Amino acid sequence: MSVTAPSLPAVRRRPGRWLGNPGFVVAAVVLGAILLMAVLAPLVAPFDPYEQVLDRRMLPPGFVDAERASPAHLLGTDNLGRDYLSRLIYGARISLLIGFFTMLVSGVIGTVLGVAAGYFGGRVDAVVSFLVTTRLSLPVVMVALAVVAVVGGSLQVVVLVLGLLLWDRFAVVMRSATMQLRGLDYVLAARAIGSSTPRILLTELLPNLASSLVVVASYEMAQAILLEAALSFLGLGVQPPLPSWGLMVAEAREFMLFEPWMIVLPGIAICVLVLAINLLGDGIRDATAPEGRA
Amino acid sequence: MTAPLLQIRDVVRRFGVRRGVFAPRRTLTAVAGVSLDLPRGEVLGLVGESGCGKSTLARIVLGLDKPTEGEVLIDGRPVASLHRLERSRLVQPVFQDPYSSLNPRRSVEAIIGQPLLVHGEGTPAERRDRVAEMLGLVGLGPRHAAAYPSQLSGGQRQRVAIARALILRPALVVCDEPTSALDVSVQAQILNLLMELRARLGLSYLFISHNLAVVQLVASRVAVMYLGRVVEEGDPETVLRTPAHPYTRALLASVLQPRPGRGLPDPQLAGSFPNPLEPPSGCAFHPRCPLAVPRCAAERPGLDPATGEHRAACHFAALAET
Repeated sequence: MSVTAPSLPAVRRRPGRWLGNPGFVVAAVVLGAILLMAVLAPLVAPFDPYEQVLDRRMLPPGFVDAERASPAHLLGTDNLGRDYLSRLIYGARISLLIGFFTMLVSGVIGTVLGVAAGYFGGRVDAVVSFLVTTRLSLPVVMVALAVVAVVGGSLQVVVLVLGLLLWDRFAVVMRSATMQLRGLDYVLAARAIGSSTPRILLTELLPNLASSLVVVASYEMAQAILLEAALSFLGLGVQPPLPSWGLMVAEAREFMLFEPWMIVLPGIAICVLVLAINLLGDGIRDATAPEGRA
Repeated sequence: MTAPLLQIRDVVRRFGVRRGVFAPRRTLTAVAGVSLDLPRGEVLGLVGESGCGKSTLARIVLGLDKPTEGEVLIDGRPVASLHRLERSRLVQPVFQDPYSSLNPRRSVEAIIGQPLLVHGEGTPAERRDRVAEMLGLVGLGPRHAAAYPSQLSGGQRQRVAIARALILRPALVVCDEPTSALDVSVQAQILNLLMELRARLGLSYLFISHNLAVVQLVASRVAVMYLGRVVEEGDPETVLRTPAHPYTRALLASVLQPRPGRGLPDPQLAGSFPNPLEPPSGCAFHPRCPLAVPRCAAERPGLDPATGEHRAACHFAALAET
C-alpha cells in the first residue's frame, strides 16, 4: 500500500503502552526464553534427550536431595536415566509446535466462517451457526481420543484433530465482532468508493478484528497445549520416546509417591507456558486497541 | 431544459421483518413511493423526523441498497445496475458521524487516498499529490496527512470524510445529516465548506437533515418526508414560510428557539410517530393531524401542486395556501 503515510503506525509510536503493562512484559520475557530454548535446543540442552544411561536412573535434582544428586544432571534423570532438563527443553518444541499449528488451523477455519457469517448474514449465518452448534455438541476430548485411537497418534494427527475441533470460539467471536463493524459507516463508505467485498473484508474489517483475534488465538493456543498434554498423558497423543511434557507427566505418574519432583517439573513447565501465552494475548490486546480502548 | 442530474422515480423499499423464527414474516415499507428530481448544481434538502425513510432513500441513491420498485437515475443512468467502480464516480456519501465513518486503523492520507487506490488511479507519488491537494481544499494542512482519526477533532474528521468523498470528483454528494454530530460552533464551518466546494467544483447535494434552519440556509429545493412519502416539496422560502402541509407546520412549530423563558415549543400534534409496520389508512398523517376529517382516513391525498412548483400531499393544501 503505497498511499500509507511513511511514519510508523500509531501503535508502535507508543512504547509506553507495551512496557507499561507488567503482565505483558513478564509474559514476553518468559515466552521469549521458552521459544529461544526450543529453537536452540540442540545447543542449550546439556545431554541428548533420548540417551538412556541405565545406571543413572531417577537421580533427583540437587535441590531435592543433594546426596543422591549428580552435579551433571541439573534437574535429575528419569526412570530410564535420560537427562530431565534436556527432555524438558526438547518438550518445549513439541508443545509450541502443536500449540502454534493447532491455533493456525483452527484460526483460519474459525475466522473464515465467522467473518463470512457476520458480514453476509442471512443464509450464510444460518449455516455457520448450525456448524458451530454441531461442533459445540461434540465433546473435544472424547472425539480427539476416538480419532487418535483409530488413526494412531502422531504430531500431525494431534495438530489436525485439535485444529478441526477448536475453531468454534474463533467463529463465534469473529461473527459477533464482524456484525458490529459491518454496520459502521466506514464499511458503507468503503462500499461507496467502489471497494470489492474481498477488499472490504481484508483491509477494512480484518485490521479492526485483529485485537479480538489475538486474544482468542492466544487462548486457543494455550488450550491446544493443555489438550496435547492431556492426550499424551493418556497415551493417545505424541508417542514415546518423543519428550512431550504431557508424556513426561504420564511416565512420572508411577513414581509420584517416591519421586514427586518428576511429575511437578513438567507440570510447572506446562503451567508457566500456558500462563505466559494468555498474559501475552491480553497484553497485545490492550496495547493495540485503537484510541486506548480495550 | 436538460435532464436533472438525479431522478428518483417512484422508489419503494420494503423490508421483510420477522420477530422470531416462527413468527409470520411482515413487511415494513420504509420508502413508499418517492419521486424527486435534483437539477445539476442544486441542493435538495430532505427533511423529516427519525424513521421516516430519509436514510433508506439515501442508501438507495448511493447504490448501497436496491429499491423494491422504481429506480434512481444519476446522469440518466440507473444506479442500481451500475458497476461499483462506475457508480462510485457518480455519487459519494458524507455521513453523519465522523467517528464511525473513518477506519480507526488508517492514517488520514490512506483514508483520503483509498478511493484512488481502489480505482487504480495514478502512481503512489501522484496519489500523494492528489491527497495533499484535497487536504488543502477542505482546509486541512499537510501535517494532518500522517495523523490517525483518533488524533483529530470531530470537525477535522468530517473534513477528512468530505475529502474522501470528493477525491473521485463525483457529480452528486449525498450528505446524510453531515453536521448533526458536530458541535454548534463547528457546524457552520462545515456548512460553509460544503457550500464553497459546491460552487468551486460544481457539485450537487442531496442534503438530508432534520435541522430546518440548516436546510433553509443551504437548499435550493426542500422535500419533507413523513412515513416513507414526500408530503411537501418546493423551494425553501415558500415551504418554510408558508407551509401547505400540517406536518410541515408542526415541524416548524417544534423548532427550539434560543430564547430564555419561552419554554418548550408546542407542535400541536396528537399521538406519536406511527408504527411503520401498521401504517394508518388514507393519509398517513391523519391520526395526528389537527385538521383531520373522515375523508383523510379513507383517501390518501396525492402530491398535488398547491401553487406552481410548490406541491403538498394534503386535502386542505389549497385551503392553507390562501
